[in-house]
Amino acid sequence: MTAQPTTQPTTDGTTVVCRLAQVPREGGVTALVRGEAVAVFRTRDDGLFALGNYDPIGRASVLARGLLGSTEVEGELVPYVASPLHKQRYDLRTGRCLDDPAVRVPTWRVHVTGDGEVVVGERRE
Amino acid sequence: MTERAPHRRKQLVVLGHGMVGHRLVQAAVERGLTETYDVVVVGEEHRAAYDRVALTSFFEVGAEALSLLPAGAYEDPRVRLLLGRTAEGFDPTTRTVLLDDGTVLEYDELVLATGAAPFVPPVPGHDLPGCFVYRTIEDLEAIRDAAATATSGVVVGGGLLGLEAANALAGLGLRTAVVEMAPRLMAVQVDDAGGAMLTRHVEKLGLSVHTGATTTGVVEREGRVRGLSLADGTVLDADVVVFSAGIRPRDGLARAAALDVAERGGVLVDEQCRTSDPHVWAVGECAAPGGRMYGLVAPGYTMAEVVVDALLGGPGAFTGADMSTKLKLLGVDVASFGDAFATTEGALELVYADAVAGHYKKLVVSDDGTRLLGGILVGDASAYGMLRPMVAVDGVGGIPLPENPEDLILPASRGVAEVGLPDEAVVCSCNTVTKGQIVQAVAQEEDPCADATCVTRCTSAGSTCGSCKPTVKKIVEDWFAEQGREVDRSLCEHFSLTRAELFDVVAVHGHTRFDQVLAAHGRGHGCEICKPAVASILASQLGEHVLEPAHRTLQDTNDAYLANIQRNGTYSVVPRIPGGEVTPEGLIVIGEVARDFGLYTKITGGQRIDLFGARMEQLPAIWARLVDAGFESGHAYGKSLRTVKSCVGSTWCRYGVQDSVGMAIALELRYRGLRSPHKLKGGVSGCARECAEARGKDFGIIATEKGWNLYVGGNGGATPVHARLLAGDLDDQTLVRYLDRFLMYYVRTADRLQRTAPWIDQLDGGLDRVREVVVDDVLGLGSELEAAMARHVEGYEDEWAATLRDPEKLERFVSFVNAPDVPDPHIGFTTERDQSVPADSAGPVSLGASIPVGVPQ
Repeated sequence: MTAQPTTQPTTDGTTVVCRLAQVPREGGVTALVRGEAVAVFRTRDDGLFALGNYDPIGRASVLARGLLGSTEVEGELVPYVASPLHKQRYDLRTGRCLDDPAVRVPTWRVHVTGDGEVVVGERRE
Repeated sequence: MTERAPHRRKQLVVLGHGMVGHRLVQAAVERGLTETYDVVVVGEEHRAAYDRVALTSFFEVGAEALSLLPAGAYEDPRVRLLLGRTAEGFDPTTRTVLLDDGTVLEYDELVLATGAAPFVPPVPGHDLPGCFVYRTIEDLEAIRDAAATATSGVVVGGGLLGLEAANALAGLGLRTAVVEMAPRLMAVQVDDAGGAMLTRHVEKLGLSVHTGATTTGVVEREGRVRGLSLADGTVLDADVVVFSAGIRPRDGLARAAALDVAERGGVLVDEQCRTSDPHVWAVGECAAPGGRMYGLVAPGYTMAEVVVDALLGGPGAFTGADMSTKLKLLGVDVASFGDAFATTEGALELVYADAVAGHYKKLVVSDDGTRLLGGILVGDASAYGMLRPMVAVDGVGGIPLPENPEDLILPASRGVAEVGLPDEAVVCSCNTVTKGQIVQAVAQEEDPCADATCVTRCTSAGSTCGSCKPTVKKIVEDWFAEQGREVDRSLCEHFSLTRAELFDVVAVHGHTRFDQVLAAHGRGHGCEICKPAVASILASQLGEHVLEPAHRTLQDTNDAYLANIQRNGTYSVVPRIPGGEVTPEGLIVIGEVARDFGLYTKITGGQRIDLFGARMEQLPAIWARLVDAGFESGHAYGKSLRTVKSCVGSTWCRYGVQDSVGMAIALELRYRGLRSPHKLKGGVSGCARECAEARGKDFGIIATEKGWNLYVGGNGGATPVHARLLAGDLDDQTLVRYLDRFLMYYVRTADRLQRTAPWIDQLDGGLDRVREVVVDDVLGLGSELEAAMARHVEGYEDEWAATLRDPEKLERFVSFVNAPDVPDPHIGFTTERDQSVPADSAGPVSLGASIPVGVPQ
């Protein structure tokens, strides 16, 4: 028996937002977590990342609709989402904007359960 | 016989098809004067305009390469070129021109561009066989023939053209002498010291120079030229004599018509180049603005532009010209610019001379040494490109001199890079192109130039005399270096192929998914550049729905949601209205949908209606109603065909000659949904009045009495371009066939985000190449391109109707995956002029913990 998706955390502070199959590979969905819009992304190797959905540069809640990409920075492959508004790229792991280091979006812990549920945890600070 | 356009369009007659007459016609076409005027150009020579500045190179490259109009006719069908005919006279009262073959041309406006004739001093024997002038290709042919049996030649005249002629005679193997009446060579351009340096160079090449020498007669033997006698008693041997002692304006037609002429010859014109008759204009060497005649091509070009501007009602004026000159004569660089003779009060001269190397350089500077006024360079004119823009023209522009101005002419002088030109410095004085315009051409976002060649093509800088080409190249290279950019045509870091190459490998290997393409030809995981590019290529080749699971995560957000994202994250909706034709019922449905969903409505430039402010989750409900009413996707969101705009055409319009609306609808329906490298727009006009503005489109069709003219490569936007004629007077079937081929050729070979105009420009051969492939089918690709288009037409399906039928595709149109019915609180609206518009966002919004929990899947 799997839990119903919710928008509010259970007692352990986590929120089941959807099933993994609902998040396309190399794509994202928007989830409502404790009243906040969170973009949940799944990379081609099934890595899961959760960022604030609000693009502080484009000033709109859109990041889940961005294209995923990767770029090599100093020998390391950085996965990112490019905002659909003006294409600024945000590092999926840290929320840092690759095109403007002064800008950063919040990130959330996220994992998938053995039952294939996507669980968003605490917001990282 | 009277020739006159059949309907009431005005007629512009141009007498003279030299460089300036040609430029005038070009400007008339480019600036749209031919929308209201038919143009008739009368040329006396049997060949169309050619590059007279480079005349001497005829011996090496031939007449073909010099031609300014290799096709022998203008693309614009409203321009007629009559060659090999002379105007006998014109009558300002009846506004008619009489040609030598008896033709009478009526004109509304007449432009005299008859140029100048070489001045031949009336010395005895000047008309003997063996005497020539140096003006036309025929003159050069005759000189070449005569030189075949000659051993020596004399050129009378040591000016710019005289030295060119001497160069030609020496090149033909003749022992050559130059005779100049003035005390030095190139008396107009250089001073005594410069002239002396030049004489040494010329003599070193084996030519003899006689300055301060008056010609008294041509020596005759057996009815032919045998020599030239000078006032001091010298007789120079010569089998060939070339007179190049200056030119005289050909103002005879104007004199005969009793127009005012200048005291020293030339048709007197005002600042707009209008003669004393308000409907007659004069440009180039036959004109005398303010009483002065200009014997260079650049002022002539300016006059041509001024006349076209005036005929369009513009304010352009000819207020004098930069007479700067730079040329290579007999392998010697000579340049003269600005106040070369230091006539400005208090002007100072800085001179550097190296008799061993043969260099003479003089700068004329202001009395306080801060401004450059002019200069002369002989032997080494490499600094010209940097120096000339530093001189203010008419007190405008110019750059302050550096602290040690002599550094500018000393050997190993500071280069262009270190004396930064300001943006307003005119780099190309032939075509008046500033440094700012050159930088703009490489820096602009839309279709930037990739190299100096492209800049020359796009801005004309360096396209006439070419003396500024090194400066143009340097400016372009410096700019790229500043940007830390190399010219690299790779799509992105994941694919080192161009889009065209990628298109081919996808076709050859039959790939159907991005992952296959990436694995086979790319590296890494892909990005926001290569994913939509590959998605577009796959869509062009396979015609699958863009939201199929294999493709949907490749699409930019507009394609991913089949709508155009707006700045607040909402979308706009554009139903297709083919050709702009819509029923009242259709309009009512659109109005009702907009009203019911609170959408802002606006008419677009493409003759349809844009509905703004739809939340992503509302899109399916909006489209369900539109599709029900018979509308389909307008693809406003795609790099694909947008609209085919039309005028109302022969159905209603009293001027229309074809059914433009019917044709526009047919074409829009044929090419709808075609994914392409960039957006595509079309237009169809029902007559030459061109109300659909079709020549501002990627493909524009203009009705003629006999069928359709097809124009390609136009666009609006930041760098507007008029479409150019690809083929004329086509029937419906041929028109569609050529368009099928043209569009598919573009889809296959253009770069990502490259519109048709720059695509055509970067093809080797440009528009001619397109014509070869599309019309002449030289690659034998015609049927393949048509078949590809037929597959597209066959496979077309409305993307929105298909989406509405597929629950899996609809699943993604939700605000929140876990709360599909909760609207995103970041989206807010306010009201402006009774319509809903986005409210500015103050930052991330939280709904807090009070929102209803949990929505079942």
